[in-house]
Amino acid sequence: MPGAGPRVRTGARAVGLLAACAALVLIAMASLAMGAKAMPIEEVWHGLFHYTGTPSDVVVHDLRIPRTLLGLMVGTGLGLSGAVMQALTRNPLAEPGILGVNAGAAAAVVSAISFLGATSLNEFVWYAFAGAAVVSVVVYVLGGSRSATPVRLALAGTAASAALVGYINAVQIMDNTAMDKLRFWTVGSLASATMETVRQVAPFLLAGALLALALGRPLNAMAMGDDTARALGTHLTRTRIAAMIAITLLCGAATAACGPIVFIGLMVPHLVRAFTGPDMRWVLAYSAVLSPVLLLGADVIGRIVTRPAELQVGIVTALLGGPVFIYLVRRKRMAQL
Amino acid sequence: MNAKPRALRGPGRTSLRIEPRALAAGLLLTAVMLAMAVLLVGTGDFPIAPWDVVRTLLGNGTPADEFIVNELRLPRVLVAVLVGAALGMAGAVFQSVSRNPLGSPDVLGFGHGAAVGALAVIVLFKGDAGEVAAGALAGGLLTGTAIYLLAYKRGINGYRLVLVGIGASAMLIAGIQYLLTKSQLVDAARAMIWLTGSLSGRDWGQVWPLAVTCALVFPLVLGQGRALRMMEMGDDAAAAVGVQVERTRVLLMAAAILLTTAAAAAAGPISFVALAAPQLARRLTRSPGSNLVSGALMGAVLLLVSDWASQRAFGSDQLPVGVVTGLVGGVYLLWLLVTERKAGRI
Repeated sequence: MPGAGPRVRTGARAVGLLAACAALVLIAMASLAMGAKAMPIEEVWHGLFHYTGTPSDVVVHDLRIPRTLLGLMVGTGLGLSGAVMQALTRNPLAEPGILGVNAGAAAAVVSAISFLGATSLNEFVWYAFAGAAVVSVVVYVLGGSRSATPVRLALAGTAASAALVGYINAVQIMDNTAMDKLRFWTVGSLASATMETVRQVAPFLLAGALLALALGRPLNAMAMGDDTARALGTHLTRTRIAAMIAITLLCGAATAACGPIVFIGLMVPHLVRAFTGPDMRWVLAYSAVLSPVLLLGADVIGRIVTRPAELQVGIVTALLGGPVFIYLVRRKRMAQL
Repeated sequence: MNAKPRALRGPGRTSLRIEPRALAAGLLLTAVMLAMAVLLVGTGDFPIAPWDVVRTLLGNGTPADEFIVNELRLPRVLVAVLVGAALGMAGAVFQSVSRNPLGSPDVLGFGHGAAVGALAVIVLFKGDAGEVAAGALAGGLLTGTAIYLLAYKRGINGYRLVLVGIGASAMLIAGIQYLLTKSQLVDAARAMIWLTGSLSGRDWGQVWPLAVTCALVFPLVLGQGRALRMMEMGDDAAAAVGVQVERTRVLLMAAAILLTTAAAAAAGPISFVALAAPQLARRLTRSPGSNLVSGALMGAVLLLVSDWASQRAFGSDQLPVGVVTGLVGGVYLLWLLVTERKAGRI
């Protein structure tokens, strides 16, 4: 209900959004500068704008720029899809990881690698879309769609994930060569990012993001209940289908590019809502900017803590997100949407 | 549909409720379990006829049969029976306590806790089978305690328990994956098989600890069966008829966690048996309540059938039994989600 939440004026929200953008720029710089080899900011600058082929130029150019760009895009994709899911299902715990959508995309990609001989990302993407789409529809329907309680939906998603993860494990056991490749991909990592990856998933993530951002107003209307929304002229079925398409594009492309990453889509919209209030237009805008801050931050942490090895970003986000999830569950009344 | 339960009254105030249909179902399951066990002992590279299996088990077999049966195959079959029964009963307890047909150890994350413990031993210390089992036990018990404490807030609410379990399992899965990526491929392959759950190569060393655990814990759980049935009606109703709700719940959960982790220590975290067995048993007995005994029997039958299928159904390739339970369980789960949604129970 717009206006019912914390009373933050539009001006304050706009300033906050600018601050979030500044944070994004800073974390992007950190992501370029930090890694197995930390480098001073002048060297990063040199690699970015005066490329001459020195070793550090090459590191910045070939490894860290694509990695940072991919982190930006995937983070935005996961955050937006989490926000749309929470609004669509009116479920504060909805999240691509919890609802099994990531696992669906992952299972489809694993099948493609093992049975259909898929090797490159532009093949993965289509399988990931198919998997994400099927699972999001199945969980949404099985979870009870409109009458779903948060718990029912979370359980349906978790159960579906459990089954899919069992399947993924089975495939990995039967196919040892695929396993060596898969055990890194199924963790969720930005480490193997190349400009090629970035180019391939960018159009899908961009389309999904635009669609998600456009859904702010109809999702606001739906938050007031189906009848009110209809009276306000919102086309419910069309909105639901558009939301599903946005979720599929965003989760499918993100998962294809770097494996299943959990909890970004859960944490960011929650944190954001505490500041912006429930207006979806602001929630979506903030989520789009702050989710990559969290993802890149987790990636940077993963690169630093076990140097010279690194901790995959999917592991860091799960370790950060688990406690947040448990905190949300323990709160007196789960945040209402 | 149900015949009326009859009460057998013993001396003093003891009494035993007997429901004819549940009793018949229990006997049927026991018969199937024994038949499957005999069939499974006879299955392998050197097939032995069921009659010869029985004769050997009674002590009248040929020396060759005796070696194969007693040293090689009987331990595996006994582990299957005990693991299945332990998981079936643990699942029945969890589903009653959380009042949710999906509240099984698989979903709640105890299996993942055991897996983290076992994997740490495999990957970091390259431990042998016994040490891996100890690691699994420690991991499972620690996780169980942590989840209980995190879900506790003036008592345990079933939904909160399930959701805290989901959050905890996400973190534990991250731990599993970290260990998998940190390991060399050889260790990773071994870990993967452990993670799926396997019965191959089990010997008496796995049978005894599990058998002792089951012998101690089963009677304890069954002794709380009446209280559990009361608690299914709600905590207040149970308290009103004199059940000490929180104490009973702690005791039952501890017992179920112990069963789950002991099973995982012996055979890995075999998925879906704990979830499916109590539900299938309930449908068979058509009796309300937690179906502890029939759930345990059904678990044993499920695991025996799965193990037989894993050895026979895929040609020359032997799959880990967990792959079979996982595949069957996945399909079962979808069906459960559909039917339970219609009934409005999840």
